[in-house]
Amino acid sequence: MINFEYAQPRTEAEAVEFLQSHGGQTAVLAGGTDLFNLLRSDLIAPKRVVDIKRIDSLKGIQQVSDGLLIGAATTLDEILASPLLSPYHSLRQIADAHHSMQIQAMGTVGGDLCHLPNCWYFRNGYGLLGTVNGESLAADGRNQFHAIFGNRGPAMFVSASRFAPALIAWGAKVRLVGPAPDQVELMPLEYFYVNPKTDKQSVTVLQPGQFVTHVWLPAVEPTSPVEQLSAAYEVLQLEGLDWPLASAAVTLGVSAGIVREAQVVLGHVAPTPWVSLDAATVLMGREVTVELAESAAEAAVAHATPLSENDYKVSIARAAVKRAILKAVDMLNV
Amino acid sequence: MAERKFGWGSRKDNALIGKDIQRIDGVVKCSGKAKYTADFATPGTLIARLLTCKHAHAKLSALDLAIVEKMPGVKAWHQFKEIGAEIKWDGELIAAVAAERADQAEDAIKALEKVVKYEVLEHFVDEADKAGAEAAKRLQKLGRNARSEANKDDVDAGVKKAFADAKVVHKGTYGIVTISHMCLEPHGTHAEWKGDDLDIHMSTQAVSTTPAQFAEGLEIEMSNVTVTADYEGGGFGSKFAAEEWGLATAKMAKQAGKPVRLMLDRATELKVAGTRPSGFAEISIGAAADGTIVAWDSVHWGTAGIAGGGVDVTKLPYVFDFPNRISQQYGLMCNTGPNKAWRAPPHPQLCALTMTAMDDVAAKLGMDSYDLFLKNLSAVTNGREAVYADQMRIAAKEIDWKAKWHKHGDTKGPVKRGLGMALHTWGGGAGACKCTVKIHPDGSVESFVGSQDIGTGTRTVISIVLAETFGLPITGVKVNLGSSKYPASAPSGGSITVGGVSGAHRRAAQTALWQIFDKVQVKYGLESTDGLNAKDGSILNGGDKVCTWKEACSLLGKMPLEVEGTGPKDDKLTSAVVGGVQMADVSVDTETGIVRVHKFVSVQDCGLIIDELTARSQVTGALTMGIAYSLSEERIMDNKTGRYINSDLQNYKLPRIGDIGELVAIMYQPDSEYNRGVIGLGEPPVISPGACLSNAVANAIGVRVPVIPLTPKRVLDALKGARA
Ligand SMILES: Cc1cc2nc3c(=O)[nH]c(=O)nc-3n(C[C@H](O)[C@H](O)[C@H](O)COP(=O)(O)OP(=O)(O)OC[C@H]3O[C@@H](n4cnc5c(N)ncnc54)[C@H](O)[C@@H]3O)c2cc1C
Repeated sequence: MINFEYAQPRTEAEAVEFLQSHGGQTAVLAGGTDLFNLLRSDLIAPKRVVDIKRIDSLKGIQQVSDGLLIGAATTLDEILASPLLSPYHSLRQIADAHHSMQIQAMGTVGGDLCHLPNCWYFRNGYGLLGTVNGESLAADGRNQFHAIFGNRGPAMFVSASRFAPALIAWGAKVRLVGPAPDQVELMPLEYFYVNPKTDKQSVTVLQPGQFVTHVWLPAVEPTSPVEQLSAAYEVLQLEGLDWPLASAAVTLGVSAGIVREAQVVLGHVAPTPWVSLDAATVLMGREVTVELAESAAEAAVAHATPLSENDYKVSIARAAVKRAILKAVDMLNV
Repeated sequence: MAERKFGWGSRKDNALIGKDIQRIDGVVKCSGKAKYTADFATPGTLIARLLTCKHAHAKLSALDLAIVEKMPGVKAWHQFKEIGAEIKWDGELIAAVAAERADQAEDAIKALEKVVKYEVLEHFVDEADKAGAEAAKRLQKLGRNARSEANKDDVDAGVKKAFADAKVVHKGTYGIVTISHMCLEPHGTHAEWKGDDLDIHMSTQAVSTTPAQFAEGLEIEMSNVTVTADYEGGGFGSKFAAEEWGLATAKMAKQAGKPVRLMLDRATELKVAGTRPSGFAEISIGAAADGTIVAWDSVHWGTAGIAGGGVDVTKLPYVFDFPNRISQQYGLMCNTGPNKAWRAPPHPQLCALTMTAMDDVAAKLGMDSYDLFLKNLSAVTNGREAVYADQMRIAAKEIDWKAKWHKHGDTKGPVKRGLGMALHTWGGGAGACKCTVKIHPDGSVESFVGSQDIGTGTRTVISIVLAETFGLPITGVKVNLGSSKYPASAPSGGSITVGGVSGAHRRAAQTALWQIFDKVQVKYGLESTDGLNAKDGSILNGGDKVCTWKEACSLLGKMPLEVEGTGPKDDKLTSAVVGGVQMADVSVDTETGIVRVHKFVSVQDCGLIIDELTARSQVTGALTMGIAYSLSEERIMDNKTGRYINSDLQNYKLPRIGDIGELVAIMYQPDSEYNRGVIGLGEPPVISPGACLSNAVANAIGVRVPVIPLTPKRVLDALKGARA
């Protein structure tokens, strides 16, 4: 770890100011559960670390006219405890599935969304794209945990965020501020992620000096004739803290037993969260049965392009989609 | 007077032996008062950090440590490799720097990283790729082991005939990959010079033998070195040596004139602190219609690192021997970290290869695996046929084998359940031990022994033996161990410690007690000492109280009584050779490949059990470790870069509490076992899990997942292969 300045802003504007200096060679510190790993292994070397945990507006969950705003510094524990989030089953399921008191107490929503990949080539110092002499190490190397979609290259890693698939399925947006002091942007979370084509790009659209302040979630109307159901299914090898081998999140709008709206998003299968319109299309206008969930799951993985060692992930992704759908309608029994 | 003989008392009279007794150091350990090597920080202690090589095979071509000399806080440095030296695996130590603060040492290492240069050489790291190794000239043809009852003169012809005559012949491929040593407490050393004397604190399995290694490496006298190990977070076979980093720590302490502490970071620990060799095999087994195995033919290969080697051919097949057999071993010389004895070496691999193949014979015959193992018990080589049969019966009852067993693969639904079993053996005879037991005139008792408690409960066991012998509460005795200045004892490896220390302490304690009895006899005018007994803090004569323990000890006068105990001796206090049977009930999610352990039963003998609680703890610890290497733990080498690509605890996957299911440790101790005396237990229960869990998975899904650990990838690949 190289020495760095430490800044502790109290407002979003101060944070932007702190993040802009040093030509943007700065890093956001939220829970720090990953940032310190990155710093200690010299994968990033910011001149300044900006701790956003003292900014009150970034903490907690609040109701706004058209939905909810989750502050980027909200912890997983707060997600679990918030009554406002009780209609959003998939989000709670993910916070719960972390199975680690420490991470639940420290880890934040913003940190999860902006988490850099866990790809072992990246983490061992071969760059975000994991290359030697411009050649991808994962392409025909040890790629058992790598992408089965969106992996034509150069990126082969999988997006690390556990919340993003569920949030995207809910139609969430992210609120970004910076790099100019009063620049604010609200964009669909789906467009926040980037499948980098060069090593100059990163995994999100964030520019130096810009950061995530909130996640906006659309309101769930309890009285609406279309019932909003959701679930996430993460396939975890270990019961303790572990990264999913693949995951799926779905939200379904159901009325009179028929699916009227459907979103299916896979996680940990591609360099970005992976939206499956094919799976959603299978569900539309139908009643959810085991067979329908299986067809949707099949559609979700039909175009997978597994690498040399990760064909098994196709099966896992298929299971995740099927189970997330069944879980959303309370029909899962494994 | 009746002849005085060393021995354990009658089982029913024991106040402490064989009961559930908590570790006497449990509270200091849990409360953080116990100091481990990483906690040692005598005033002025410098912190050292390491420069390691990131190439699997290279020559060191440039490095000049002079650049760190002027860096802030830096006080000492050490170069492990000379310029031109060959580096043979990722993570090899190149240099170390000691500084006043950790970050200063890190800065110095970073500066060295910028200037160090290597000439990169060709590497080979794929431990399973025998053909690739041959092409790369990295293959060793090692031993062959064969015999034939069918034709003693022409063994090959005899084995061939046995296969030809067999009712069924099963052929399969099996494997168990390399894992690294993963002690909770990594390796490390704190070194401090006091004049010519060197004080070493280190996590070691061998306080009595490491001083010689420091003396030799530093060219000083052995008597100048004291090695202390108070508390340790595991060793498992990886902590017998002073190690190059230990010697470097002492050298840097000398250079700086200050104490130095160097602990391996986790990645380096995984890469250099020792591995368990891999084994991959093609096995053919011939069996009669009733399941009796008549022929075995195996070719196995694997690696213990750059030296090649692997799993000892002379022990394959394992536990069983069959009338006609051939086994042939190959070694792959890989650019990977070195082997170090890993808990019961190399039995877990032998067991995994042998008993999965045997289980597949049962599947092929449509037989219950239980019946096949039972049928072949007459072929066990350790004479414990009857014990195994009894242990199988007990384990089967506990896991409800008869009701739950089904034909391989015979279940519906995506999540399938299955049962598996395996059995094992180990020596565990008492190691060399010398101790001094000291009884003070005020009745307090202490002992000194140059052994160590590597986390197994050695302190507690010795306390029980002494307290039982003197009729005292466990708090009435004080055990001093973990110093090379105490009477020399063998290293703690091979499960020899419990026998070693308990035998020696019992002998010393009984000898001391008899001397006290003699004084009591004189003082209280007794006719004989034959009826004397120490119990509940008193000396009793045929049940009547003569005096208190303290009163008896006051007869010693001003000087404490000191008695030396030694061992092992042929006096039935200790013995050797154990068996053990394990059975597991698992489920396999055939859509995700995830294996969950529901119940894991171990029935284990180890002769006379001194502390039932710590004995069961050893077993549950072993089962947990077994679940790790069977389901998730593995070293993954990257063929392209030659690097140990998962050398971090995110990707070097170990189970947490939710992954281990219900563990049942049944200690097998009928009187016939109690009467054998004490035998080691640390290693045997970690042997069977690989085979046992693999067999349970095979029973569940009807397909053998050939290679351990049984990760989701391997399970799903095997299922897909079977469908194709
Ligand atoms: C030893 C260890 C093992 C772990 N293993 C697992 C595991 O197996 N599975 C698992 O799910 N989790 C694991 N994690 C936890 C994971 O790191 C956290 O769950 C969480 O995702 C990170 O949240 P944080 O707030 O601590 O992020 P931080 O570490 O503070 O930040 C993570 C990244 O996001 C950036 N960032 C943070 N907030 C913002 C923001 N508002 N705007 C822009 N950028 C931002 C940071 O600069 C950094 O690059 C592990 C953590 C540790 C310490």
